[in-house]
Amino acid sequence: MIPAAFDYYRPQNLDGVISLLQEHGDDARVIAGGHSLIPLMKLRMAEVPHLIDLQNITELFGIEVGSKVRIGAMATQSDIINDISLASAAPILKEASLQIADPQVRYMGTVGGNVANGDPGNDMPGLMQCLDASFILRGPDGEREVKARDFYQGAYMTEREDDEVLVAVTFDAPKGGYAYEKQKRKIGDYATAAAAVIISKDGSVCKEASIAMTNLSDTPVFCTDASDSLVGTSVTSDDIKKAVNGMIKAIDPADDNRGPVEFKKHAASMVLTRAIRSAWERA
Amino acid sequence: MNDMTPDRNERKANLKGLGSSRKRVEDARFTQGKGNYVDDIKLAGMLHGDFVRSPYAHARVKSISTDAAMALDGVVAVLTAKDLEPLGLHWMPTLAGDKQMVLADGKVLFQGQEVAYVVAKDRYVAADGAELVEVEYEELPVLVDPFESLQSDVVLREDLDPKADGAHGPRKHHNHIFTWEVGEKEATEQVIDASDVVAEEMVYYHRTHPCPLETCGCVASMDKVNGKLTLYGTFQAPHAIRTVVSLISGLEEHNIRVISPDIGGGFGNKVGAYPGYVCSVVASIVTGVPVKWVEDRMENLMTTAFARDYWMKGKISATKEGKITGLWCHTTADHGGFDACADPTKFPAGFMNICTGSYDIPTAYLSVDGVYTNKAPGGVAYRCSFRVTEAAYFIERMIELLAIELNMDAAEVRRINFIKKDQFPYKSALGWEYDSGDYHTAWDKALKAVGYDDLRNEQAQRVEDFKAGKTRKLLGIGLTHFTEIVGAGPVKNCDILGLGMFDSCEIRIHPTGSAIARLGTISQGQGHATTFAQILASEIGLSADSITIEEGDTDTAPYGLGTYGSRSTPVAGAATAMAGRKIRAKAQMIAAYMLEVHDDDVEFDVDRFVVKGAPERFKTMKEIAFAAYNQAIPGLEPGLEAVSYYDPPNMTYPFGAYICVMEIDVDTGEHEIRKFYALDDCGTRINPMIIEGQVHGGLTEALAIAMGQEIAYDSMGNVKTGTLMDFFIPTAWETPNYTTDHTTTPSPHHPIGAKGVGESPNVGGVPAFSNAVHDAFRAFGLRQSHMPHDHWRIWKTANDLGLHG
Amino acid sequence: MSGKMEIKLNVNGEDHEFSAEPRELLVHALRERLNLTGPHVGCETGHCGACTITMNGKSVKSCTVFVAQADGADLTTIEGMGTPDNMHVLQEAFREHHGLQCGYCTPGMITRAAKLLEENPTPTEEEVRFGMAGNLCRCTGYQNIVKSIMAAASEMNSAKEAAQ
Repeated sequence: MIPAAFDYYRPQNLDGVISLLQEHGDDARVIAGGHSLIPLMKLRMAEVPHLIDLQNITELFGIEVGSKVRIGAMATQSDIINDISLASAAPILKEASLQIADPQVRYMGTVGGNVANGDPGNDMPGLMQCLDASFILRGPDGEREVKARDFYQGAYMTEREDDEVLVAVTFDAPKGGYAYEKQKRKIGDYATAAAAVIISKDGSVCKEASIAMTNLSDTPVFCTDASDSLVGTSVTSDDIKKAVNGMIKAIDPADDNRGPVEFKKHAASMVLTRAIRSAWERA
Repeated sequence: MNDMTPDRNERKANLKGLGSSRKRVEDARFTQGKGNYVDDIKLAGMLHGDFVRSPYAHARVKSISTDAAMALDGVVAVLTAKDLEPLGLHWMPTLAGDKQMVLADGKVLFQGQEVAYVVAKDRYVAADGAELVEVEYEELPVLVDPFESLQSDVVLREDLDPKADGAHGPRKHHNHIFTWEVGEKEATEQVIDASDVVAEEMVYYHRTHPCPLETCGCVASMDKVNGKLTLYGTFQAPHAIRTVVSLISGLEEHNIRVISPDIGGGFGNKVGAYPGYVCSVVASIVTGVPVKWVEDRMENLMTTAFARDYWMKGKISATKEGKITGLWCHTTADHGGFDACADPTKFPAGFMNICTGSYDIPTAYLSVDGVYTNKAPGGVAYRCSFRVTEAAYFIERMIELLAIELNMDAAEVRRINFIKKDQFPYKSALGWEYDSGDYHTAWDKALKAVGYDDLRNEQAQRVEDFKAGKTRKLLGIGLTHFTEIVGAGPVKNCDILGLGMFDSCEIRIHPTGSAIARLGTISQGQGHATTFAQILASEIGLSADSITIEEGDTDTAPYGLGTYGSRSTPVAGAATAMAGRKIRAKAQMIAAYMLEVHDDDVEFDVDRFVVKGAPERFKTMKEIAFAAYNQAIPGLEPGLEAVSYYDPPNMTYPFGAYICVMEIDVDTGEHEIRKFYALDDCGTRINPMIIEGQVHGGLTEALAIAMGQEIAYDSMGNVKTGTLMDFFIPTAWETPNYTTDHTTTPSPHHPIGAKGVGESPNVGGVPAFSNAVHDAFRAFGLRQSHMPHDHWRIWKTANDLGLHG
Repeated sequence: MSGKMEIKLNVNGEDHEFSAEPRELLVHALRERLNLTGPHVGCETGHCGACTITMNGKSVKSCTVFVAQADGADLTTIEGMGTPDNMHVLQEAFREHHGLQCGYCTPGMITRAAKLLEENPTPTEEEVRFGMAGNLCRCTGYQNIVKSIMAAASEMNSAKEAAQ
C-alpha cells in the first residue's frame, strides 16, 4: 500500500527530463498519468528512486489531425475519446480507448504511458501496430522514430533506451473499416484477448488488412500472415477462418486467472472473427 | 375526539412505523462524507502498526531479525511471538474451540500469516520498517487439497496432540479437525438403496471471501492513568470482543470499552478477532499511547475470514413419480490452517443440517469432516448464516440432478416435494423445527411472474436452433426455492464462546416525548438506526423520527451478540418489541392514573391511550412521557424506561423463490442475465425500501460468487486472486437490474412476526445463477460443473460436451 | 532518502500548504492532514474508486496520485459538495432513492456522479452504469445508485429548464 520513498522532479522541458535520465540511469523513471506505475510502486514491485513528472512538458501534449495524425505522449484516453477530429480520422482509437480501464483511469492514463512500458496487457501497443504507427523518441542525441511493429522485444522490454523519452505517436490516418474487439472479465480488466483490425476495400475485394492482437503473448502481436491472407479476398467466412488460423500460429498466450492456453486461443479466434466482420462491414 | 385530531391512518403514517419505507437517518452523514469509520479516528500521540507476513504457505521460521527495523527513525517497537509469549498472547482461542497463532510461533501455516508487528509513528514508517525485518524461512511441503491433507504424512498442526480429542470430539488423523453427524445413517442408506431413482454427485462450493469495501482495522488506546483500555474496531460483535479481550488480557471487563463506529460493510468478515487487534492492544499497553492498525486489501483477502470451501458429496433418492425418499450428504470442509470458524459452539459445521431445504424429506443423514490445509483460517462468513449458503446450494443442485434422473421438469419436482403450508411448524429429518412457510404460493407466484411455461418453450426452440447451427447462444432458466435458518439463537443450544445468543434492547423515554434506545447489535449498513426506530414507533406510539437508536459502545449498550447471520431483526428486533411493550405497559398505568380510571379501562390506539367507550378521553404518549417525570404516581417509580434481554424460542426460517434467466455464449463463455426475479418471504416487513436494498446487494454478491469470484491457490499455496484485479467484484456494468417481489408469512413465535432477510439473497442467489448455467447445458448432458462459472470454465464445459464442433 | 517538499493545494475552494514526502498518497494527505475523511481507501491497486475526488476538472482516484504530482492542483472532495442546510441534488437523491447502505463507497460515488452529469447531463441508464464503472459497491447492487443518479439528473435538468 505504501510506496518506498523517492526523489521527485518536475522539469519544465524535455532537455531537463533527459539530463535527469542520463544522470540516474535506470534508477530514474518518467511518470505520465501514473496509473500503471503508481500501483506497482505501492505494491513495492517497482522501485523508482528518482521519479520524473512529465506534466509540465507542454510539447508532449496535444492531438494533431491531418492526413497524418500525431498524438502527444501526454494525451489521455479521455482526450482521445473526446477529440472530434480524431474520432473522424481514426475512429478505432476512440473505440479502443472506451474499452480501456474505467472513467477515472481514462482521465489520467496517457498514450505514452500505455505504449512505452511494454506491459503485454496494455491495449494501445497492439492498436499502434495495427495502425503501423511510429513512436518518436527523444534522447540526448536528438530524435528518432521507431515503428510500433519493431518497438516491443519482450515483456517490459522495448527499443527505448534508458535516457530516451517517448514524445509522441504518429500514423497515417487509416482508410477503410476498423474494429477493436476485446473480451474481458469485467470493465477495468486487461484483455482475455483483443484484436485490432483495419481493413480497406477495393470494390468488393480487400485491398489492405492489418491485424494486431493484445495480451496473447509477452508483446503485442502484429499478424503479418493473417493480415496478408485477407488481401485480394472478399472476406468470406472461410477467408476469415484462414486469417484466424494464421493468427493462432503467431500468438503464444500464457495460462493465468483468465484461463488456460486453449481457452485463450479460442477467445482470440472469437474476437478476431468479430473484429474482421465488423471492420469489413464498416469498410 | 375533536375535529382537530387527525384520523387513525394519518396518525399511523406519522409514526413511520412497521411497513413504512422510511428514509434513512444514517444517510445525512454518509452522503456528506461525515461518517466515522475506524480509519477516520485520530487520537493524540497515535502510532501505527503494520505486519510482516509470510510469503510461504508452510514453513519453519528459523530466525527473525528486527535490528534493521528498530534502527529506522520513527519505528518504536517490533513484536514477535517471543514478545507475546510471556503474556500468553502468542496464541489466542478461536471461536471454533481451536487456537490460532497471533504471531508466527516456530512455523507458518498459510501465505500471508502474521510473523512480526512493527509499530511506528506513522503508517509510512511502519511500512518501511516492515520491509527491513529479516526473516529466515525453511519451506515445508504444502497441502492445499483437503482430501490429500487427510491422507498425508505431513503434519500441519504440530501444536496439537494427534491422539487427543479436538474441541468437537475424536480426530481421525493429524490433519483432521472434527467429524459432525446428524440424522439417521443406516435408515437413510437403506432407503436410498431401495429407491427407484437416485442421483449422486459431488457438489463443490468453492472458497471465496466477503471483501467488504472497508477492510478490517482497530485503534487500541490504553489509558495508563485510569487503567482503562478503549478499543475501536471493525467489530460485528463488540460485546463478545470485549469479553474475549478481557479473558486473554487479564483486564477486567469494566475496564475495557469496545466501540464499533461506522463500519463499511461486514458480511461476516468482521466477526472474529484477528492478530491485528491483539497486537494493537498489546502495543498500546506497552507504549501507553493509542495504536492504529488498518489492513490492506491484499491482507484482507489473503488472511481474514474466508467463506465456504465445502466439498459436498450428495445422494438423493425418489420414487419414479418424483417424491423424495431420502437425502444423504457427506461434506469435506476445508478450514485452512486453524479452525477459526465463527460458529455457535455446538455447531462445528454451522447449520449445514438445513440442507433438506424446502422439501419434505422423511429420512436424511449428514456428516461433515473438517480438515486442516495450508490456507487462511475461517469458513463461516459472507451472508451465510453459519453454512446455510452451502446447504442451500447443495440441496438446490441435488434437486436439479434428481430432475435429470427423473427426466422431469425441475420446477415440478420442487412443487411435488415442498413442505405443505399445513405441515408447519415442521420438524425436519435433520433436527430443525421450521416456524412457518407457504412455499406453494411463493412458487406459483414466481413461475407466473416470469412466464415460466413460455420460457421453457423458448428454451426448447433454442436447443433446436443451436443443434441446427442457427445460434451459438444457449438459454438457461435457473430455479431456486430456498429455505434458510437465521436468528441465532436459543440460549439452550446457541452460544459463541459460552455467551448465549440472546440479544437486547434498552429504552429510555425523555420528558418531552422523544426517546433513545440502545441495542446489543451493530449495523454495518443494514440501517438499524432507521428500522429499529420503526419497530419501536409501532410499539410505543412515538414517531420513529423522535427515536434515536444507538449501537456499538459496550459502555452504554446492553450486552448482545452482535450482527451477522441475519440475527438482528429476529433477536434484537424481538427484544426491541418486548422492551417497547414494557414501556407501553407502564405507560398504560400512567395514563390510567392521569385519566382517573382503572388500568384495564384504557386501551392503546396508535399513539395514545384512550378510555374504553369514551374516545374523547385520551392521553398521548407525549403527555404520558412528561407525566412520568412530573407526576408522583403511587406504586410507580418516576421515569419511563425498560430493558429486554430476549432469548428466542427458535430460529426463524425465511424463504424465497428466485428465478434467473440467462443467455450463454458457448464460444466465449460470456453470459448475459436477461431477467432475475427474486421473491422473498421474510415474514413481517419492517421497511420495504431497505429490504429491497438488501436483496439487490445480496444478489450482486451472489452474482459475483457464482460467475467468477474465488480465492484460488496454486499447488504451492500461493494465493492467485489476492487483489481486485483478479478477485471478481462486478461493477455497475456487469450487474443487472433485479425484479423483487414478496409474500408475507409471519413467524408465529416472533413478537412482530419478522424473520430477517439480509442473508437470503446470497443464500438463494448463488443457486439461482449456478442453476441457470447448468440448466442451459442440461439438454446436452451436463450434470455438474463447479463454480465459479467464469468465461473459461463455461467455455470448458461447452468444450467437454462437444459443443465446439 | 528524500526530504520533504512544499505542497500547495486548493481543496473545496480553500488554499492549503504543507510539507510532505513526495511519495505521500494524495488520499492520505486529504484524510490525515486536511481532515477530509470523506474519500476512503478500499484497495491498493486502484480498482475500487472509494477515494475518487475531482482534480483539475477530472474524476481521479486520489489513492493513485502522489501528493507531489498534485502540487498546484484544484481539488473537490465530497465535503465541498453542498452543506447541511443546502445539500447537493445528488446527496438528496441518494437519500431519497436508498442509493447507499454502509456509506463507505458513497463519497466516491457522489463525487464521480457529479462529474458524470457534467460530462453528460442526460445519460441513459446504460450510460450511467458505464460512467460509474470505476466505483465499486458491495452493499447496494448498484440498482438504487443508478436510480439516484437518474433522478438527480432529471431534477437538475428541470431546474435548468425552469431557470431559462
